[in-house]
Amino acid sequence: MSLKVGELNSNLPQGATDNIAEAWTNHKFDMKLVNPANKRKFDVIVVGTGLAGSSAAATMAELGYNVKVFTYNDSPRRAHSIAAQGGINGAKNYQNDGDSVHRLFYDTVKGGDFRSREANVHRLAEVSVDIIDQATAQGVPFARDYGGLLDNRSFGGAQVSRTFYARGQTGQQLLLGAYSALMRQVGAGTVELHTRTEMLDLVVHDGAARGIVVRDLVTGEVTSHSAHAVVLATGGYGNVYYLSTNAMMCNVTAAWRAHRRGALFANPCYTQIHPTCIPSSDEFQSKLTLMSESLRNDGRIWVPDAFEESRSAADVPESDRDYYLERKYPAFGNLVPRDVASRNAKTVVDQGKGVGPMKNGVYLDFADAIGRLGEDSIREKYGNLFDMYERITGEDPYKQPMRIYPATHYTMGGLWVDYELQSNVPGLFCVGEANFSDHGANRLGASALMQGLADGYFVLPYTIGNYLADQLGDAPMNSNDAAFGAVEAEVQDRTNRWLATNGTKSVDYYHRELGKLVWNYIGMERDENGLEKAISEIPALKAEYYKNVRVLGSGESLNQSLEKAGRVADFFELAELKARDALAREESCGGHFRVEHQDAEGEADRDDENFQHVAAWEWTGEDNVQNRHKEELEFNYVKPSKRSYK
Amino acid sequence: MEETLNITLKVWRQDGPDERGRFETYDAPNIGTDMSFLEMLDVVNENLNEDGNEPIAFESDCREGICGTCDLMIDGKAHGPEKGTATCQLHMRKYSDGDTIVIEPFRAASFPILKDLAVNRSALDAIVMAGGFISVNTGAAPDANLIPVPKEASDQAFDAAACIGCGACVAACPNSAAQLFTSAKIQHMNLLPQGQAERWKRTEAMVETMEMFFGSCTNHGECHDACPKEIPLDLIAWTNRDYIKSKNKNRKLAGQKG
Repeated sequence: MSLKVGELNSNLPQGATDNIAEAWTNHKFDMKLVNPANKRKFDVIVVGTGLAGSSAAATMAELGYNVKVFTYNDSPRRAHSIAAQGGINGAKNYQNDGDSVHRLFYDTVKGGDFRSREANVHRLAEVSVDIIDQATAQGVPFARDYGGLLDNRSFGGAQVSRTFYARGQTGQQLLLGAYSALMRQVGAGTVELHTRTEMLDLVVHDGAARGIVVRDLVTGEVTSHSAHAVVLATGGYGNVYYLSTNAMMCNVTAAWRAHRRGALFANPCYTQIHPTCIPSSDEFQSKLTLMSESLRNDGRIWVPDAFEESRSAADVPESDRDYYLERKYPAFGNLVPRDVASRNAKTVVDQGKGVGPMKNGVYLDFADAIGRLGEDSIREKYGNLFDMYERITGEDPYKQPMRIYPATHYTMGGLWVDYELQSNVPGLFCVGEANFSDHGANRLGASALMQGLADGYFVLPYTIGNYLADQLGDAPMNSNDAAFGAVEAEVQDRTNRWLATNGTKSVDYYHRELGKLVWNYIGMERDENGLEKAISEIPALKAEYYKNVRVLGSGESLNQSLEKAGRVADFFELAELKARDALAREESCGGHFRVEHQDAEGEADRDDENFQHVAAWEWTGEDNVQNRHKEELEFNYVKPSKRSYK
Repeated sequence: MEETLNITLKVWRQDGPDERGRFETYDAPNIGTDMSFLEMLDVVNENLNEDGNEPIAFESDCREGICGTCDLMIDGKAHGPEKGTATCQLHMRKYSDGDTIVIEPFRAASFPILKDLAVNRSALDAIVMAGGFISVNTGAAPDANLIPVPKEASDQAFDAAACIGCGACVAACPNSAAQLFTSAKIQHMNLLPQGQAERWKRTEAMVETMEMFFGSCTNHGECHDACPKEIPLDLIAWTNRDYIKSKNKNRKLAGQKG
């Protein structure tokens, strides 16, 4: 294979270092084009139908490419982008409050703690305005004011109102927009849609991605599909923690299988832990539910001063409460960024001041706001969220404070891609949360939806042409070729091995145990000792898993345990890499906090001299430690500074 | 403090699309009241697996009530007893110690059973494919604030757009009709200025595609009662009106006055 490993050519545009405002425009001009009549001669595979996948597939089909789409869900509309609540950023400056493309670019680079590529982020900010236009034209019902124009609100890490929103379901409405565009193309015959079909491997031949091997989840049939290019839009790896705000089926398998075939995996240690989620209630908790960040505008966060406080919240007098965020960060108070709020909650709970039956939460108290604004006003602003909280916990947040605790929410790391969103394997592209590209070490609120749609609607459809143009006249590889057959056989063997293991414990049991290791050692805070333990304990648990997992039923019908078995196996390998990445990154930045690297006040201590780079890991075989490659980052427009929220 | 319940389940088991199904009875002991209904099923599945029996196939994904994947008939009701709540948001504190709960798949001829409690709802996607979109290619959109949309229109479109496509309306309907789903999808777009160009074509195509798969509406309103998002029933009336008009309008648009 002639992979570009080690070179890590990020393929930056002309002007990336000295004329960033024109860089994307220049690059679009510099790229090769495929003329409209020739586009139908190219086949493209898209895996995943969230915001990035649906928008990419629909747009490429509109342009004239033949697109094949694969999703393990029963309908494209169910991908987990659907669950995003808050909003989507767009530098429209409709509020006339001084926003601009440059300001969104600046906020995003700073919010990412100076660990992202400037040129990528600038392009993201540029196309953010087009996304709002596109979604509105599709009928996405963004919130409007009484004059009928679009409304905005502000989100963490920004001092302007640039977030467009659709009640508490912005993700669902944007995904319905992209899904409707996709279904239009399915109806037009330009997209071939495969639902309930999971990608289980990538086929790389003669130095390029040639197609994928998939399994039909209903019949168990394993088949091959070839194309001129493969696009992965398969989301993040948050479920490596077992408990997260991700959906039950979210997994890393597609990206991980591509990694094992040569694609570099970048910054796996960067994970966003969202501060306001409902704490777990017992061992069988299956997922954690997010409560929107917006609640921190009116809720006050506190814990009792006493370690073994037994009084109910209302009976704890003001003098016995610690409003720790307001105390430590007087300037930002309860509105510090996500990473800071999360870490502080962990600190007080670890001290033994946690609240609730399992002592695993902190209070988010609306009593003051209700006293000041009235219950009706709070109901109007947050009614849906309060109802959801009551449904899950059985507690009435109008009468007693909410209990919240941080949970894994988003992963900034992912497959390494260049400026054109192409991995180091030619012909393999990666979009949305599945790639590592735009958020650095920490993502700002309302930027995930923006990035997914930017990649899918406005970046990939251009850049993929630059790759395809050179292949004009070449047919895609035949999916009956021996190269595909060999991979199919491997996939079939892996599937059969789970059914043949015949151990004693369920897949979920091992996933839960893995999750505990990852949360304890590679969670909100990491230290050398814990990471070393993770590196030894994870493979040990993995070995037990391979010997002792029990998967019943057959491979020829719907078998959810069997599906999960393969996904959890890949999580084991990712978890180990995550620990190695966290160990190698001897600094604290964004979502990666190393206990050894903090200042006198306990804040993150970034090391720009030694770690102003992307770590991209290369698979080197089953029993080998992976190679760590570096892509150095340059900051010419936003000068690295220390983030302070005091 | 959390209490525990002992529950008996009667669950529909069916090995495959063409196999004969049957009810099986399972004990669900020591179920915490803070557990969700699906977590209770997770525990039952762990126990089945432990005993060497294949776990029950049932579907869920986001478990936040928004993706529309979960889909059970619980004691004869789509998504169970709690109003405006998807199965994944139902919690065991709504039940009492000693209860027996009957769990079946969503029942409709157009939702064929795949296995146990999992059904195929792709007929809903076919309705969307027929016209549930506004034809605007990427890049062709005007500035988002070019067309003001009256807040009332936007809010009503939103009420329709809140549909999560779970199919409970179909499962609850004595005729297995999909009028509420289809009307939600049609009116989301028909109520907005952006949706006017294709309004009549969309309505005719989607209604007629719906009729290829589903039964007819006889105004029972069970769909609205079962809907986890409480989609308004009057959207069906709006759609009926649009459908009748579409027959005329589409002819006129095609130049055939009549």
